[in-house]
Amino acid sequence: MHKIESKDVHLYYGSFHALKGISIVIEKNTVTALIGPSGCGKSTYLRLFNRMNDLIDNVKIEGQCLIDGKNIYSREINIEDLRKRVGMVFQKPNPFPKTIFENVAYGLRVNGITHSTFIEERVERSLRQAALWEEVKDKLKKSAMELSGGQQQRLCIARALSIEPSVLLMDEPASALDPISTAKIEELIYELKSEYTIMIVTHNMQQAGRVSDYTGFFYLGELIEFDTTKKIFTNPTDTRTQNYITGRFG
Amino acid sequence: MTHLDIELKSLKTDMLEMFSLVKNQLEKTKDALTSLDKDLAREVMVNEKRVNGFELKLDRDCENIIALLNPVAVDLRFVLAALKINSNLERVGDIADGIAKFVLNIKLDVEPQLLQTTRLVEMFEIAIGILKDVMEAFDKEDTALARSVFKKDEVLDEINVDANTAVAEFIRANNDRINQSLYTLSTIRKLERVGDQCKNIAEEIIFYVEAKVLKHKSLSQKEELPGETKN
Repeated sequence: MHKIESKDVHLYYGSFHALKGISIVIEKNTVTALIGPSGCGKSTYLRLFNRMNDLIDNVKIEGQCLIDGKNIYSREINIEDLRKRVGMVFQKPNPFPKTIFENVAYGLRVNGITHSTFIEERVERSLRQAALWEEVKDKLKKSAMELSGGQQQRLCIARALSIEPSVLLMDEPASALDPISTAKIEELIYELKSEYTIMIVTHNMQQAGRVSDYTGFFYLGELIEFDTTKKIFTNPTDTRTQNYITGRFG
Repeated sequence: MTHLDIELKSLKTDMLEMFSLVKNQLEKTKDALTSLDKDLAREVMVNEKRVNGFELKLDRDCENIIALLNPVAVDLRFVLAALKINSNLERVGDIADGIAKFVLNIKLDVEPQLLQTTRLVEMFEIAIGILKDVMEAFDKEDTALARSVFKKDEVLDEINVDANTAVAEFIRANNDRINQSLYTLSTIRKLERVGDQCKNIAEEIIFYVEAKVLKHKSLSQKEELPGETKN
C-alpha cells in the first residue's frame, strides 16, 4: 500500500480548472518536492491532503486522494482526525502569541491531553526533532515572538510534530528565511524523513534538489513530469521540465 | 553531519575503493608478467570490467552531487578533483589490462636479461609505489606526499628513455626475439604513462586541498611549499 496517492484528481475554483487529472504515488518515508511556476497548482495540490481547500468557496474536487489506502474525501473521514495525521507548515512562521512551551503543547491540549509529564516529554521530543531544543531549552517560558524567524519556523515544525502526524506538508517552509536558517530547515527535512512522509512545495529548485527523493513538475495545472529527483535534475524527460529547472522560463 | 557531508564522505570511500581496485590490478599484472601466469592475466582482464563499471558509477555520483547538492568552495573542488582522478584511475586500469593481454599472448618466457637491462620489474614497483602514494595522499589530504610523486615520476621517465638503448642492444644480439623485445618496450611505455596519470592525480589532490593549479608547471614550481591559501 502506498502512503499517499492521488488518482486522476481534478480541482476547480468556480469555473477555473486548477488541477487537471493529477495522478501521483508517494511511498512512506520519502520527501517529494513539488515545483513549478506561480499559479501552476502545486500549492493547491499540496493542500488537498489535509483538506484545506475545503475552506475555499466554490471548490469542486473530482478523483481520489488516498492516505494509507483510504480516500480522505470519503464521508467516513473525520477532518480533525485527518489533520492529526497530516501536519502542515506554512511559508511564513506563524507561532501563537504564547510561550515557546505552550506553542508546542497546544496541539496536545486541544486534543484533550492533560497529563503534564506526558506533555513535557512530548514537547521536548518535538523540539529535539525540530533541531531547536538546544537553543530554547533554557527559555521555554519566554514568548515565541522573541525567537528569530528561522527559530520560529522550526518551532512551527515542532508544533506540527507534537501530535505525531505521519505526513508532513510544507508550503515553501524556507522562503521567508535567511540562508543559514534555510540550511537548517533543509537538514531538518532530510533528517525527518526517517519518521515522516514529507511533501514540500518550493520555488527554490536547488532546494528541491537538496532535500527531496522525488520531484513533480507542475505547469498550468498539469503534472508534466514526476520522477526521482536525480532523474529530474540530471536528465528530465520533458523539454518543459528542462527549460524550467535550467531557468529558461517560469 | 549535513546531507552534503554524508554524500562527500561516501564519494571519498568509493574513490578509495576505486584506487584499491586499480592498485590490485597493477600488482596482479606485475605478478602475471614476472611469473608468466596466464590465469592471473585473465583475472586482470575480467576485473577490468569492474573497473569500468565503477568508473561509471563514480561519474554518476559526482554528477548527482553537483546537480542536487550544489557544492561550493572546497566541496566543489573535491567533487571536480574526484571526477578527474576517477578518469585517471580508469586509464591506469586500462594500462594494466593492456599489459595483461600481452602476458596472455606472449609465446615464450620474457628473457631475464631483457627484464634486467630494461629495468622493467623495477619500473613496475616504482609505478605501484607511486600509485600507493597518491592513494594515501588522497585519503589523508597530504599534499606533501602528493608533491613527492613529481620527483618519483622522473625516475620512470628516465627508465623509459634508457630502455630504448637497452632494447636496441638486445635486438641486435637476439634478432630471433624481436616481437618479445617490442612487447617489452611497449610495456615500458605503458608504465611510464602510469606515472603520468599518478602525477595528474597528485595535481588534482593539491588543487582540491590547497586551491592551487599546478598543471603545466615545471617540476621546481610544483615542488614549492604549500602557501597559505588553504580553505
